[in-house]
Amino acid sequence: MENDNAVRVRGLVKRYPDKVAVDGVDLDIHRGEVFALLGPNGAGKTTTTEILEGYRRADEGEVSVLGTDPAHGDRRWRSRLGIVLQTSRDEAESTVLELVSHYAGYYPNPRDPDEVIAAVGLEEKRKTRPRKLSGGQRRRLDVALGVIGNPELLFLDEPTTGFDPEARRQFWTLIENLRTSGTTILLTTHYLDEAEHLADRVGVIADGRMIEIGTPETLGGRGARTARVSWSDADGPHELRTDRPTAEVAALMQRFDGEVPELEVRRPSLEDIYLDLIGKANAADAAVAIEAGAL
Amino acid sequence: MADTTTKPLPSTLSVGLARTKLEVREFFREKEALIFTFFFPIIFLGIFSAVFGSTDFNGVNAATYFTPGMIASGIFLSSFQSLAISIALERDEGLLKRLRGTPMPPQSYFIGKIGQVLVTSIAQFALLLVIAGLVLGVDIPTEPSKWLDFAWIFILGAASGSVLGIAFSVVPKSGKAASAVITPVVLLLQFMSGVYFVYSSLPAWMRDVASVFPLKWLAQGMRSVFLPDGFQVNEPGGSWQLGTGAIVLTVWLILGLFLAQRVFRWTRRDAG
Repeated sequence: MENDNAVRVRGLVKRYPDKVAVDGVDLDIHRGEVFALLGPNGAGKTTTTEILEGYRRADEGEVSVLGTDPAHGDRRWRSRLGIVLQTSRDEAESTVLELVSHYAGYYPNPRDPDEVIAAVGLEEKRKTRPRKLSGGQRRRLDVALGVIGNPELLFLDEPTTGFDPEARRQFWTLIENLRTSGTTILLTTHYLDEAEHLADRVGVIADGRMIEIGTPETLGGRGARTARVSWSDADGPHELRTDRPTAEVAALMQRFDGEVPELEVRRPSLEDIYLDLIGKANAADAAVAIEAGAL
Repeated sequence: MADTTTKPLPSTLSVGLARTKLEVREFFREKEALIFTFFFPIIFLGIFSAVFGSTDFNGVNAATYFTPGMIASGIFLSSFQSLAISIALERDEGLLKRLRGTPMPPQSYFIGKIGQVLVTSIAQFALLLVIAGLVLGVDIPTEPSKWLDFAWIFILGAASGSVLGIAFSVVPKSGKAASAVITPVVLLLQFMSGVYFVYSSLPAWMRDVASVFPLKWLAQGMRSVFLPDGFQVNEPGGSWQLGTGAIVLTVWLILGLFLAQRVFRWTRRDAG
Protein backbone atom coordinates (compact mmCIF):
# COMPACT_ATOMS: atom_id res chain seq x y z
CA MET A 1 0.00 0.00 0.00
CA GLU A 2 1.28 3.42 -0.95
CA ASN A 3 1.21 5.96 1.83
CA ASP A 4 2.94 9.16 2.83
CA ASN A 5 6.08 7.31 3.75
CA ALA A 6 8.66 6.51 1.11
CA VAL A 7 10.21 4.03 3.52
CA ARG A 8 8.58 2.14 6.36
CA VAL A 9 10.52 -0.34 8.49
CA ARG A 10 9.29 -2.22 11.55
CA GLY A 11 11.33 -4.59 13.70
CA LEU A 12 14.07 -5.15 11.11
CA VAL A 13 16.54 -7.87 12.07
CA LYS A 14 19.55 -9.09 10.06
CA ARG A 15 21.91 -11.71 11.44
CA TYR A 16 25.30 -12.69 10.11
CA PRO A 17 27.08 -15.84 11.23
CA ASP A 18 29.26 -13.89 13.66
CA LYS A 19 26.91 -11.15 14.82
CA VAL A 20 23.52 -9.49 14.74
CA ALA A 21 24.05 -6.57 12.35
CA VAL A 22 20.59 -5.05 12.65
CA ASP A 23 18.63 -5.69 15.81
CA GLY A 24 15.05 -4.48 15.67
CA VAL A 25 15.19 -1.21 13.72
CA ASP A 26 12.06 0.91 13.13
CA LEU A 27 12.24 3.69 10.58
CA ASP A 28 9.88 5.95 8.65
CA ILE A 29 11.09 8.26 5.90
CA HIS A 30 8.50 10.74 4.71
CA ARG A 31 8.09 11.59 1.06
CA GLY A 32 10.12 14.62 0.05
CA GLU A 33 12.40 14.69 3.07
CA VAL A 34 16.14 14.26 3.36
CA PHE A 35 16.85 11.69 6.04
CA ALA A 36 20.40 11.16 7.29
CA LEU A 37 21.44 7.88 8.85
CA LEU A 38 24.37 8.36 11.20
CA GLY A 39 26.43 5.85 13.09
CA PRO A 40 29.92 4.49 13.56
CA ASN A 41 31.40 1.88 11.21
CA GLY A 42 29.81 -1.52 11.74
CA ALA A 43 26.72 0.00 13.41
CA GLY A 44 24.36 -1.46 10.80
CA LYS A 45 23.94 1.56 8.50
CA THR A 46 25.08 -0.17 5.34
CA THR A 47 23.23 -3.40 6.11
CA THR A 48 20.00 -1.47 6.72
CA THR A 49 20.39 0.56 3.52
CA GLU A 50 21.26 -2.50 1.46
CA ILE A 51 18.12 -4.25 2.68
CA LEU A 52 16.08 -1.20 1.62
CA GLU A 53 17.84 -1.22 -1.77
CA GLY A 54 17.05 -4.90 -2.29
CA TYR A 55 20.65 -6.15 -2.15
CA ARG A 56 20.15 -8.14 1.05
CA ARG A 57 17.26 -9.99 2.62
CA ALA A 58 15.88 -9.18 6.05
CA ASP A 59 15.77 -12.06 8.51
CA GLU A 60 12.85 -10.60 10.41
CA GLY A 61 10.59 -7.57 10.31
CA GLU A 62 8.51 -5.61 7.89
CA VAL A 63 10.11 -3.51 5.16
CA SER A 64 8.31 -1.35 2.64
CA VAL A 65 10.08 0.91 0.14
CA LEU A 66 7.75 2.92 -2.12
CA GLY A 67 5.03 0.50 -1.11
CA THR A 68 6.96 -2.64 -2.09
CA ASP A 69 8.91 -5.23 -0.13
CA PRO A 70 12.45 -4.81 -1.54
CA ALA A 71 12.93 -8.60 -1.45
CA HIS A 72 10.28 -8.77 -4.19
CA GLY A 73 11.15 -5.55 -6.01
CA ASP A 74 10.72 -5.80 -9.77
CA ARG A 75 12.10 -3.66 -12.61
CA ARG A 76 9.24 -1.20 -12.32
CA TRP A 77 10.05 -0.70 -8.64
CA ARG A 78 13.78 -0.32 -9.36
CA SER A 79 12.99 2.27 -12.02
CA ARG A 80 11.60 4.51 -9.24
CA LEU A 81 14.79 4.31 -7.16
CA GLY A 82 18.20 5.88 -7.55
CA ILE A 83 21.13 4.24 -5.81
CA VAL A 84 24.53 5.86 -5.34
CA LEU A 85 26.79 3.25 -3.78
CA GLN A 86 29.79 3.92 -1.59
CA THR A 87 32.24 2.71 -4.18
CA SER A 88 31.62 1.66 -7.71
CA ARG A 89 33.53 1.42 -10.92
CA ASP A 90 32.33 2.95 -14.12
CA GLU A 91 32.64 1.46 -17.53
CA ALA A 92 36.07 3.07 -17.69
CA GLU A 93 36.41 3.62 -21.41
CA SER A 94 33.16 5.49 -22.03
CA THR A 95 32.79 9.24 -21.71
CA VAL A 96 30.56 10.99 -19.18
CA LEU A 97 27.96 11.73 -21.85
CA GLU A 98 28.06 8.18 -23.25
CA LEU A 99 27.56 6.71 -19.78
CA VAL A 100 24.77 9.03 -18.66
CA SER A 101 22.95 8.51 -21.98
CA HIS A 102 23.40 4.74 -21.75
CA TYR A 103 22.02 4.53 -18.21
CA ALA A 104 19.09 6.72 -19.27
CA GLY A 105 18.12 3.86 -21.59
CA TYR A 106 17.35 1.60 -18.61
CA TYR A 107 14.46 3.77 -17.40
CA PRO A 108 10.93 4.36 -18.66
CA ASN A 109 10.97 8.08 -17.95
CA PRO A 110 14.55 9.32 -17.77
CA ARG A 111 15.68 12.89 -17.36
CA ASP A 112 17.55 14.56 -20.19
CA PRO A 113 21.23 13.46 -20.06
CA ASP A 114 22.55 16.93 -20.93
CA GLU A 115 20.40 18.51 -18.23
CA VAL A 116 21.57 16.01 -15.63
CA ILE A 117 25.22 16.49 -16.58
CA ALA A 118 24.74 20.24 -16.24
CA ALA A 119 22.97 19.79 -12.88
CA VAL A 120 25.96 17.91 -11.43
CA GLY A 121 28.35 20.46 -12.90
CA LEU A 122 30.14 18.25 -15.41
CA GLU A 123 29.31 20.10 -18.65
CA GLU A 124 32.97 20.70 -19.38
CA LYS A 125 33.74 17.02 -18.82
CA ARG A 126 31.07 15.61 -21.14
CA LYS A 127 33.67 14.08 -23.45
CA THR A 128 35.99 12.93 -20.64
CA ARG A 129 36.42 9.31 -19.52
CA PRO A 130 35.83 8.58 -15.83
CA ARG A 131 39.44 7.76 -14.99
CA LYS A 132 40.48 11.26 -16.02
CA LEU A 133 38.03 12.84 -13.55
CA SER A 134 38.97 13.95 -10.04
CA GLY A 135 37.49 12.14 -7.04
CA GLY A 136 34.83 14.79 -6.58
CA GLN A 137 33.94 14.78 -10.27
CA ARG A 138 33.60 10.98 -10.29
CA ARG A 139 31.24 11.22 -7.34
CA ARG A 140 29.20 13.75 -9.30
CA LEU A 141 29.08 11.27 -12.15
CA ASP A 142 27.84 8.63 -9.68
CA VAL A 143 25.07 11.01 -8.65
CA ALA A 144 24.25 11.77 -12.30
CA LEU A 145 23.84 8.02 -12.94
CA GLY A 146 21.77 7.75 -9.74
CA VAL A 147 19.29 10.47 -10.73
CA ILE A 148 19.12 9.96 -14.51
CA GLY A 149 16.05 7.73 -14.08
CA ASN A 150 14.13 10.53 -12.36
CA PRO A 151 13.89 8.65 -9.04
CA GLU A 152 11.30 9.22 -6.36
CA LEU A 153 13.72 7.94 -3.74
CA LEU A 154 17.48 8.41 -3.86
CA PHE A 155 19.98 6.50 -1.73
CA LEU A 156 23.28 8.28 -1.15
CA ASP A 157 25.89 6.20 0.67
CA GLU A 158 28.65 8.38 2.10
CA PRO A 159 28.63 10.61 -0.97
CA THR A 160 31.33 13.09 0.05
CA THR A 161 33.98 10.89 1.66
CA GLY A 162 37.38 12.16 0.58
CA PHE A 163 36.13 15.53 -0.68
CA ASP A 164 37.91 18.78 0.02
CA PRO A 165 35.73 21.38 1.80
CA GLU A 166 34.93 23.32 -1.36
CA ALA A 167 33.90 20.20 -3.27
CA ARG A 168 31.72 19.22 -0.33
CA ARG A 169 29.97 22.62 -0.34
CA GLN A 170 29.29 22.31 -4.09
CA PHE A 171 27.99 18.80 -3.60
CA TRP A 172 25.63 19.97 -0.88
CA THR A 173 24.15 22.53 -3.28
CA LEU A 174 23.52 19.71 -5.74
CA ILE A 175 21.69 17.67 -3.10
CA GLU A 176 19.68 20.71 -1.99
CA ASN A 177 18.54 21.21 -5.59
CA LEU A 178 17.40 17.59 -5.74
CA ARG A 179 15.43 18.04 -2.56
CA THR A 180 13.80 21.13 -3.98
CA SER A 181 12.67 19.10 -7.00
CA GLY A 182 10.83 16.75 -4.62
CA THR A 183 13.18 13.77 -4.45
CA THR A 184 13.16 11.83 -1.18
CA ILE A 185 16.74 11.21 -0.08
CA LEU A 186 18.25 8.71 2.32
CA LEU A 187 21.77 9.81 3.11
CA THR A 188 24.31 7.87 5.12
CA THR A 189 27.31 9.85 6.23
CA HIS A 190 30.17 10.09 8.69
CA TYR A 191 30.10 13.86 8.60
CA LEU A 192 27.91 15.45 11.21
CA ASP A 193 28.08 18.86 9.60
CA GLU A 194 26.82 17.28 6.40
CA ALA A 195 23.81 15.77 8.18
CA GLU A 196 23.17 19.05 9.98
CA HIS A 197 23.33 20.98 6.73
CA LEU A 198 21.29 18.70 4.51
CA ALA A 199 18.95 16.59 6.59
CA ASP A 200 15.41 17.32 7.68
CA ARG A 201 15.71 14.46 10.13
CA VAL A 202 18.54 12.40 11.47
CA GLY A 203 18.59 8.82 12.78
CA VAL A 204 21.45 7.62 14.92
CA ILE A 205 22.19 3.92 14.70
CA ALA A 206 24.60 2.05 16.96
CA ASP A 207 25.09 -1.68 17.49
CA GLY A 208 22.27 -2.46 15.13
CA ARG A 209 19.72 -0.39 17.05
CA MET A 210 18.18 2.97 16.21
CA ILE A 211 19.03 4.91 19.33
CA GLU A 212 17.40 8.17 18.37
CA ILE A 213 15.53 9.88 15.55
CA GLY A 214 14.92 13.60 15.40
CA THR A 215 15.58 16.83 13.58
CA PRO A 216 19.18 18.02 13.80
CA GLU A 217 17.88 20.77 16.14
CA THR A 218 16.14 18.47 18.62
CA LEU A 219 18.38 15.41 18.56
CA GLY A 220 19.46 14.31 22.01
CA GLY A 221 16.56 16.11 23.71
CA ARG A 222 16.48 19.48 25.39
CA GLY A 223 18.99 18.55 28.06
CA ALA A 224 21.66 17.83 25.49
CA ARG A 225 21.40 21.43 24.27
CA THR A 226 22.14 23.12 27.54
CA ALA A 227 24.55 25.96 26.89
CA ARG A 228 27.99 25.97 28.46
CA VAL A 229 29.40 29.24 29.70
CA SER A 230 33.10 29.22 30.45
CA TRP A 231 35.56 31.84 31.63
CA SER A 232 38.58 32.01 33.85
CA ASP A 233 39.73 34.03 36.81
CA ALA A 234 42.53 33.89 39.36
CA ASP A 235 41.33 30.41 40.46
CA GLY A 236 41.63 29.05 36.94
CA PRO A 237 39.05 28.04 34.31
CA HIS A 238 35.35 27.70 35.14
CA GLU A 239 32.48 26.11 33.25
CA LEU A 240 28.77 26.33 33.93
CA ARG A 241 25.88 24.51 32.22
CA THR A 242 22.79 26.66 32.05
CA ASP A 243 19.48 27.18 30.26
CA ARG A 244 19.86 30.95 30.67
CA PRO A 245 23.32 31.82 29.30
CA THR A 246 22.47 35.48 28.71
CA ALA A 247 21.64 36.02 32.37
CA GLU A 248 24.86 34.26 33.37
CA VAL A 249 26.92 36.45 31.06
CA ALA A 250 25.24 39.58 32.44
CA ALA A 251 26.05 38.46 35.98
CA LEU A 252 29.65 37.76 35.00
CA MET A 253 29.92 41.21 33.41
CA GLN A 254 28.92 42.83 36.68
CA ARG A 255 31.30 40.68 38.67
CA PHE A 256 34.30 41.48 36.45
CA ASP A 257 33.19 45.02 35.72
CA GLY A 258 33.85 44.80 31.97
CA GLU A 259 35.65 42.16 29.95
CA VAL A 260 35.26 38.62 31.24
CA PRO A 261 38.56 36.75 30.74
CA GLU A 262 38.32 33.95 28.12
CA LEU A 263 34.54 34.18 28.03
CA GLU A 264 32.93 31.56 25.82
CA VAL A 265 29.28 30.58 25.38
CA ARG A 266 28.86 27.28 23.54
CA ARG A 267 25.95 25.16 22.57
CA PRO A 268 26.90 21.57 21.83
CA SER A 269 27.27 20.88 18.11
CA LEU A 270 25.44 17.99 16.54
CA GLU A 271 28.76 16.22 16.71
CA ASP A 272 28.95 16.62 20.51
CA ILE A 273 25.39 15.33 20.86
CA TYR A 274 26.05 12.45 18.51
CA LEU A 275 29.21 11.40 20.34
CA ASP A 276 27.25 11.63 23.57
CA LEU A 277 24.51 9.36 22.17
CA ILE A 278 27.01 6.82 20.80
CA GLY A 279 28.90 6.96 24.11
CA LYS A 280 25.72 6.23 26.06
CA ALA A 281 24.89 3.30 23.76
CA ASN A 282 28.35 1.85 24.32
CA ALA A 283 28.18 2.44 28.07
CA ALA A 284 24.77 0.69 28.24
CA ASP A 285 26.25 -2.24 26.35
CA ALA A 286 29.21 -2.39 28.67
CA ALA A 287 26.84 -2.38 31.67
CA VAL A 288 24.83 -5.25 30.19
CA ALA A 289 28.05 -7.13 29.51
CA ILE A 290 29.21 -6.64 33.12
CA GLU A 291 25.83 -7.79 34.48
CA ALA A 292 25.89 -10.82 32.23
CA GLY A 293 29.43 -11.55 33.36
CA ALA A 294 28.43 -11.24 37.02
CA LEU A 295 25.72 -13.85 36.55
CA MET B 1 6.69 12.01 -11.93
CA ALA B 2 3.25 10.44 -12.07
CA ASP B 3 3.82 8.93 -15.51
CA THR B 4 6.77 6.82 -14.32
CA THR B 5 4.26 4.17 -13.37
CA THR B 6 2.54 4.12 -16.74
CA LYS B 7 5.25 4.47 -19.36
CA PRO B 8 6.49 1.08 -20.56
CA LEU B 9 9.88 -0.17 -19.42
CA PRO B 10 12.48 -0.52 -22.19
CA SER B 11 12.51 -4.08 -23.55
CA THR B 12 15.13 -6.63 -22.50
CA LEU B 13 16.34 -6.89 -26.10
CA SER B 14 16.73 -3.16 -26.66
CA VAL B 15 18.64 -2.75 -23.39
CA GLY B 16 20.70 -5.83 -24.34
CA LEU B 17 21.61 -4.30 -27.70
CA ALA B 18 22.51 -1.01 -26.01
CA ARG B 19 24.77 -2.99 -23.66
CA THR B 20 26.33 -4.80 -26.63
CA LYS B 21 27.20 -1.45 -28.16
CA LEU B 22 28.69 -0.25 -24.86
CA GLU B 23 30.65 -3.47 -24.30
CA VAL B 24 32.09 -3.45 -27.83
CA ARG B 25 33.10 0.18 -27.41
CA GLU B 26 34.73 -0.58 -24.05
CA PHE B 27 36.55 -3.57 -25.53
CA PHE B 28 38.07 -1.73 -28.46
CA ARG B 29 39.06 1.25 -26.35
CA GLU B 30 40.91 -0.81 -23.77
CA LYS B 31 44.45 -1.48 -24.91
CA GLU B 32 45.24 -4.47 -22.66
CA ALA B 33 42.23 -6.45 -23.83
CA LEU B 34 42.98 -5.55 -27.42
CA ILE B 35 46.53 -6.88 -27.23
CA PHE B 36 46.05 -9.95 -25.05
CA THR B 37 42.74 -11.06 -26.46
CA PHE B 38 42.25 -9.57 -29.88
CA PHE B 39 45.71 -9.37 -31.46
CA PHE B 40 47.33 -12.24 -29.54
CA PRO B 41 46.53 -15.04 -32.02
CA ILE B 42 47.42 -12.81 -34.94
CA ILE B 43 50.77 -11.90 -33.36
CA PHE B 44 51.47 -15.56 -32.65
CA LEU B 45 50.61 -16.60 -36.18
CA GLY B 46 53.04 -13.99 -37.45
CA ILE B 47 55.78 -15.20 -35.10
CA PHE B 48 55.27 -18.86 -36.00
CA SER B 49 55.32 -18.26 -39.68
CA ALA B 50 58.49 -16.17 -39.29
CA VAL B 51 60.23 -18.78 -37.09
CA PHE B 52 59.17 -21.86 -39.09
CA GLY B 53 58.99 -20.03 -42.40
CA SER B 54 60.69 -22.63 -44.51
CA THR B 55 59.75 -25.68 -42.45
CA ASP B 56 57.45 -28.11 -44.19
CA PHE B 57 54.50 -29.44 -42.17
CA ASN B 58 53.49 -32.51 -44.16
CA GLY B 59 53.25 -30.52 -47.34
CA VAL B 60 51.96 -27.13 -46.11
CA ASN B 61 53.84 -24.13 -44.73
CA ALA B 62 53.88 -23.11 -41.06
CA ALA B 63 51.30 -20.34 -41.47
CA THR B 64 48.82 -22.74 -43.06
CA TYR B 65 49.42 -25.35 -40.39
CA PHE B 66 48.97 -22.94 -37.47
CA THR B 67 46.08 -20.84 -38.84
CA PRO B 68 43.30 -23.19 -37.63
CA GLY B 69 44.85 -23.39 -34.15
CA MET B 70 45.09 -19.61 -33.95
CA ILE B 71 41.47 -19.23 -35.08
CA ALA B 72 40.35 -21.70 -32.41
CA SER B 73 42.54 -19.98 -29.86
CA GLY B 74 41.14 -16.59 -30.81
CA ILE B 75 37.56 -17.78 -30.31
CA PHE B 76 38.49 -19.22 -26.93
CA LEU B 77 40.33 -16.05 -25.83
CA SER B 78 37.54 -13.75 -27.03
CA SER B 79 34.90 -15.76 -25.23
CA PHE B 80 36.27 -17.61 -22.20
CA GLN B 81 39.27 -15.50 -21.21
CA SER B 82 37.78 -12.12 -22.04
CA LEU B 83 34.51 -12.76 -20.19
CA ALA B 84 36.02 -14.51 -17.17
CA ILE B 85 38.46 -11.63 -16.56
CA SER B 86 36.14 -8.74 -17.36
CA ILE B 87 33.24 -10.07 -15.27
CA ALA B 88 35.53 -10.87 -12.31
CA LEU B 89 36.80 -7.27 -12.43
CA GLU B 90 33.33 -5.80 -12.81
CA ARG B 91 32.10 -7.80 -9.84
CA ASP B 92 35.05 -6.92 -7.63
CA GLU B 93 34.93 -3.22 -8.40
CA GLY B 94 31.21 -2.89 -7.85
CA LEU B 95 30.02 -2.30 -11.41
CA LEU B 96 27.77 -5.37 -11.26
CA LYS B 97 26.34 -4.19 -7.97
CA ARG B 98 25.51 -0.82 -9.48
CA LEU B 99 23.87 -2.43 -12.50
CA ARG B 100 21.80 -4.68 -10.23
CA GLY B 101 20.50 -1.52 -8.54
CA THR B 102 19.08 -0.21 -11.82
CA PRO B 103 16.05 -1.51 -13.72
CA MET B 104 18.38 -3.08 -16.30
CA PRO B 105 17.09 -6.64 -16.87
CA PRO B 106 19.79 -9.17 -15.83
CA GLN B 107 19.38 -10.96 -19.18
CA SER B 108 20.33 -7.74 -20.96
CA TYR B 109 23.72 -7.82 -19.26
CA PHE B 110 24.37 -11.29 -20.66
CA ILE B 111 23.06 -10.33 -24.09
CA GLY B 112 25.61 -7.48 -23.98
CA LYS B 113 28.48 -9.79 -23.02
CA ILE B 114 27.66 -12.47 -25.59
CA GLY B 115 27.00 -9.83 -28.23
CA GLN B 116 30.42 -8.39 -27.53
CA VAL B 117 32.01 -11.86 -27.85
CA LEU B 118 30.29 -12.37 -31.22
CA VAL B 119 31.31 -9.00 -32.61
CA THR B 120 34.91 -9.18 -31.41
CA SER B 121 35.51 -12.81 -32.35
CA ILE B 122 34.07 -12.36 -35.83
CA ALA B 123 36.19 -9.23 -36.33
CA GLN B 124 39.21 -11.11 -35.01
CA PHE B 125 38.57 -14.05 -37.31
CA ALA B 126 38.11 -11.79 -40.33
CA LEU B 127 41.39 -9.99 -39.61
CA LEU B 128 43.21 -13.27 -39.03
CA LEU B 129 41.86 -14.63 -42.30
CA VAL B 130 42.85 -11.56 -44.30
CA ILE B 131 46.38 -11.57 -42.89
CA ALA B 132 46.76 -15.34 -43.30
CA GLY B 133 45.39 -15.29 -46.84
CA LEU B 134 46.93 -12.12 -48.23
CA VAL B 135 50.17 -11.77 -46.28
CA LEU B 136 51.14 -15.29 -45.24
CA GLY B 137 49.94 -17.14 -48.35
CA VAL B 138 47.54 -19.49 -46.60
CA ASP B 139 45.01 -21.27 -48.82
CA ILE B 140 41.51 -20.26 -47.73
CA PRO B 141 38.87 -22.93 -48.38
CA THR B 142 36.10 -22.14 -50.87
CA GLU B 143 33.80 -25.18 -50.57
CA PRO B 144 30.45 -24.24 -48.98
CA SER B 145 30.44 -27.48 -46.95
CA LYS B 146 33.67 -26.41 -45.24
CA TRP B 147 32.15 -23.05 -44.34
CA LEU B 148 29.03 -24.71 -43.04
CA ASP B 149 31.24 -26.78 -40.74
CA PHE B 150 33.07 -23.61 -39.76
CA ALA B 151 29.81 -21.88 -38.86
CA TRP B 152 28.58 -24.50 -36.40
CA ILE B 153 32.01 -25.08 -34.89
CA PHE B 154 32.46 -21.32 -34.44
CA ILE B 155 29.03 -20.84 -32.85
CA LEU B 156 29.32 -23.88 -30.58
CA GLY B 157 32.86 -22.90 -29.56
CA ALA B 158 32.04 -19.25 -28.88
CA ALA B 159 28.83 -20.16 -27.01
CA SER B 160 30.45 -22.76 -24.75
CA GLY B 161 33.47 -20.50 -24.17
CA SER B 162 31.13 -17.63 -23.21
CA VAL B 163 29.01 -19.52 -20.68
CA LEU B 164 32.09 -21.19 -19.19
CA GLY B 165 33.77 -17.77 -18.93
CA ILE B 166 30.72 -16.34 -17.13
CA ALA B 167 30.80 -19.27 -14.70
CA PHE B 168 34.59 -19.17 -14.24
CA SER B 169 34.48 -15.46 -13.37
CA VAL B 170 33.57 -16.40 -9.77
CA VAL B 171 36.84 -18.32 -9.28
CA PRO B 172 39.32 -15.42 -8.79
CA LYS B 173 39.01 -14.05 -5.26
CA SER B 174 39.62 -10.47 -6.39
CA GLY B 175 39.67 -8.39 -9.52
CA LYS B 176 43.44 -8.03 -9.27
CA ALA B 177 43.84 -11.81 -9.21
CA ALA B 178 41.60 -12.29 -12.24
CA SER B 179 44.27 -12.14 -14.94
CA ALA B 180 46.72 -14.13 -12.85
CA VAL B 181 44.19 -16.92 -12.25
CA ILE B 182 42.58 -17.10 -15.67
CA THR B 183 45.45 -16.50 -18.11
CA PRO B 184 47.53 -19.55 -17.00
CA VAL B 185 44.47 -21.80 -17.27
CA VAL B 186 43.93 -20.63 -20.83
CA LEU B 187 47.63 -20.87 -21.68
CA LEU B 188 47.84 -24.41 -20.33
CA LEU B 189 44.78 -25.45 -22.33
CA GLN B 190 46.25 -23.88 -25.45
CA PHE B 191 49.51 -25.83 -25.09
CA MET B 192 47.77 -29.13 -24.31
CA SER B 193 45.22 -28.70 -27.06
CA GLY B 194 47.89 -28.42 -29.76
CA VAL B 195 47.36 -24.78 -30.62
CA TYR B 196 51.08 -24.05 -30.53
CA PHE B 197 52.35 -27.52 -31.49
CA VAL B 198 51.51 -30.29 -33.85
CA TYR B 199 48.80 -32.00 -31.81
CA SER B 200 49.82 -35.51 -32.85
CA SER B 201 53.34 -34.87 -31.58
CA LEU B 202 52.11 -34.30 -28.00
CA PRO B 203 52.46 -37.17 -25.49
CA ALA B 204 49.43 -39.45 -25.41
CA TRP B 205 48.56 -38.66 -21.78
CA MET B 206 48.52 -34.94 -22.54
CA ARG B 207 46.23 -35.51 -25.50
CA ASP B 208 43.96 -37.58 -23.26
CA VAL B 209 43.72 -34.75 -20.76
CA ALA B 210 43.18 -32.15 -23.48
CA SER B 211 40.41 -34.16 -25.11
CA VAL B 212 38.25 -33.64 -22.04
CA PHE B 213 38.25 -29.87 -22.65
CA PRO B 214 36.53 -27.87 -25.39
CA LEU B 215 39.56 -26.10 -26.91
CA LYS B 216 41.02 -29.34 -28.31
CA TRP B 217 37.80 -30.04 -30.22
CA LEU B 218 37.51 -26.47 -31.36
CA ALA B 219 41.08 -26.64 -32.73
CA GLN B 220 40.52 -30.02 -34.37
CA GLY B 221 37.31 -28.74 -35.93
CA MET B 222 39.13 -25.72 -37.34
CA ARG B 223 41.86 -28.00 -38.75
CA SER B 224 39.14 -29.91 -40.58
CA VAL B 225 38.07 -26.66 -42.23
CA PHE B 226 41.43 -25.10 -43.05
CA LEU B 227 43.74 -28.08 -43.67
CA PRO B 228 43.55 -30.43 -46.65
CA ASP B 229 41.45 -33.55 -45.98
CA GLY B 230 44.55 -35.71 -46.29
CA PHE B 231 45.71 -34.31 -42.95
CA GLN B 232 43.13 -36.24 -40.98
CA VAL B 233 45.40 -39.30 -40.98
CA ASN B 234 47.62 -37.30 -38.60
CA GLU B 235 44.79 -36.88 -36.10
CA PRO B 236 44.55 -39.43 -33.30
CA GLY B 237 42.03 -41.95 -34.57
CA GLY B 238 42.80 -41.02 -38.16
CA SER B 239 39.77 -38.72 -38.73
CA TRP B 240 38.52 -35.20 -37.90
CA GLN B 241 36.03 -36.67 -35.39
CA LEU B 242 33.56 -33.85 -36.03
CA GLY B 243 30.69 -35.82 -34.46
CA THR B 244 32.58 -36.38 -31.23
CA GLY B 245 33.66 -32.75 -31.26
CA ALA B 246 30.07 -31.58 -31.61
CA ILE B 247 29.02 -33.77 -28.68
CA VAL B 248 31.87 -32.64 -26.39
CA LEU B 249 31.29 -28.94 -27.18
CA THR B 250 27.54 -29.32 -26.63
CA VAL B 251 28.08 -31.05 -23.30
CA TRP B 252 30.35 -28.16 -22.20
CA LEU B 253 27.78 -25.66 -23.42
CA ILE B 254 25.02 -27.27 -21.35
CA LEU B 255 27.30 -27.68 -18.33
CA GLY B 256 28.42 -24.05 -18.68
CA LEU B 257 24.83 -22.80 -18.92
CA PHE B 258 23.92 -24.75 -15.80
CA LEU B 259 26.99 -23.60 -13.86
CA ALA B 260 26.70 -19.97 -14.96
CA GLN B 261 23.13 -19.82 -13.67
CA ARG B 262 24.04 -21.50 -10.40
CA VAL B 263 27.20 -19.60 -9.48
CA PHE B 264 26.78 -16.16 -11.03
CA ARG B 265 26.51 -13.36 -8.49
CA TRP B 266 26.19 -9.61 -8.70
CA THR B 267 28.15 -8.85 -5.54
CA ARG B 268 31.46 -9.94 -4.10
CA ARG B 269 31.66 -13.16 -2.12
CA ASP B 270 32.42 -11.27 1.10
CA ALA B 271 29.33 -9.09 0.65
CA GLY B 272 27.10 -11.52 2.59
